[in-house]
Amino acid sequence: MARTDKNPARPQFPSTSTTGAERLHEDEWSDSMNIVVCVKQIPDPAVPGELDPETKTLKREGKLILDESDSYGVEMALQLADTAGGGDVTLVSLAPNDEVSGLRTALAMGAAKAVLVSDPEFLGTDALTTSKVIAKAVERVGDVDLVLTATESTDGYTGTIPAQVGELLGWPSLTFAKEVEITDGTVKVQRQTEAGYDVVEASLPAVVSVTAGVVEPRYPSFKGIMAAKSKPVDTLAATDIGFEAGQVGWAGAGQQITKVEAAPERQAGEKIEDDGDAHERVVEFLDTLKVI
Amino acid sequence: MGIPKVWVFAEAADGELTSATLELLTKAREIGDSVEAVYVGDDAAAVAGPAGEHGATTLYAAPTDGMLIGAVGAAALAKLVAEHSPDLVLFAQSYDGRDAIARLSAKLDRTVLTNGASIAVDGDTVTVGTAIFGGNTLVDTAFGADKPGLAAFRPKSFAAEPSGGAAAQVVAVEGIDLGRAGEAKVLEHHVEELEGPKLEDATVVVSGGRGIGAAENYEPLVEELAKALKGASGASRAIVDAGWVPYSKQVGQTGKIVKPKVYIALGISGATQHMVGMKSSDNIIAVNKDPEAPIFSVADLGVVGDVHKVVPKIIEAIKSRS
Repeated sequence: MARTDKNPARPQFPSTSTTGAERLHEDEWSDSMNIVVCVKQIPDPAVPGELDPETKTLKREGKLILDESDSYGVEMALQLADTAGGGDVTLVSLAPNDEVSGLRTALAMGAAKAVLVSDPEFLGTDALTTSKVIAKAVERVGDVDLVLTATESTDGYTGTIPAQVGELLGWPSLTFAKEVEITDGTVKVQRQTEAGYDVVEASLPAVVSVTAGVVEPRYPSFKGIMAAKSKPVDTLAATDIGFEAGQVGWAGAGQQITKVEAAPERQAGEKIEDDGDAHERVVEFLDTLKVI
Repeated sequence: MGIPKVWVFAEAADGELTSATLELLTKAREIGDSVEAVYVGDDAAAVAGPAGEHGATTLYAAPTDGMLIGAVGAAALAKLVAEHSPDLVLFAQSYDGRDAIARLSAKLDRTVLTNGASIAVDGDTVTVGTAIFGGNTLVDTAFGADKPGLAAFRPKSFAAEPSGGAAAQVVAVEGIDLGRAGEAKVLEHHVEELEGPKLEDATVVVSGGRGIGAAENYEPLVEELAKALKGASGASRAIVDAGWVPYSKQVGQTGKIVKPKVYIALGISGATQHMVGMKSSDNIIAVNKDPEAPIFSVADLGVVGDVHKVVPKIIEAIKSRS
């Protein structure tokens, strides 16, 4: 769905008219919708992480996979584009190397293409610089209606990218969305709060971060996997989108890791096998702790 | 000598400052020569008392006007930072705190440190400590020379203690420019009825993982046991991702950090992602079928068994006592 200024003749419908019966005239306002999904390729979280003692960054040498948190954004984007009646879903990702295996997973799910800003200089890049690179990449994709992200990555989890990207693009950002609907140039979300959720609305273009579990990410089909191999991945260096050495990586980060140490280990206590009476020991323990 | 000017982004729920805010104010008092707070809400006069009692001398306040708290907060802070040059701004690692710190960082072109668990000041250098890899590694990161430093801290990182100060002076912030961020309008607030205490405040937390088998088992196993112990129910990331329970219940690295008196893990294997969120609990009880599950390495009492058999009996036994 394009912004209203792209198609001023499009009839206006109330923003609530998004469900079944009310959408009889969908084809009158449906328009293609260009969505960028920010995705991160991370080391397999099942393998214990390690910091490089030299660079103090996460070791990312082995195969990288699509961060599971991002699969929800990809699925959401595919569904929204489908509802809008078409449009491109483009992936944007940063990496210190040319790794694309995680991107291929998202392409196999159905994304059309990817922009990978890949630069060894990115090692140590902080979240704000990452957001600057993403914002530039979004501008390069061009004519984007919506940027979708996860709430945080699984490996670094700074959790600030969505709102930073929104600010840098000068777009509204709606974070922690657990439901997203697009109606005629407007995005409406249920935003997670401490007490429940808020219904928040903004006009497009906008940035939305989605919480995990909001949609069921599809498994790539065999056809999808085959098609993904030939989908375009536009690989750029930081300098290609206007960054200079020293603006990214540790040099560009306003922070420095000063110490890394092992946390004090917690000791395992008593371990019992349930022979039908284990609950008695649990209740006894809870009793000594005075919680019952 | 401490840091000249430390600010706290204050948040309230139901008209009261959140416990995370009071913790930050207390810490700010310890490390700062002066403490001021910035608040977005329409009840500034009501929260000025507790803010002052915990150390803030001034409460800069902006109304929400139907906009997002994080968006108004960041715009207000950007203006105030330009006028008053604080050295450090502390945020809670909450939904709105994270939203505000991220927006502000882009506006001020300053780096952020989030997920903080500790803070240390040495001369001019501010260092924030975080736990990574499921809490088995502690990392200290120092801010560079650019000020203000922007840092967000997990709730319960610090203890909250009143200083007995007078109510903070309320100063209205006017002429805030949100740009297009102001186009985001909050149309409705939905309060989900919470039975029992909040996850972060509960004395007992009972969490479920994939080992409970199916979404429909969450209520009779996890919620029932939590209810029986007057505690709160939580979840591992696996079952949040699977859509069995909402994100707000997630305990772990990407969810909530809890430090209850008793943490009970049901059918949770103990991925590092989860461990970071509960490892500091006073006592941990785990029930899991797999004797090799990593959760047993941190459990004070581990039961190798089927949650479907063990848990109903625990609930029954507790109920029969009361």
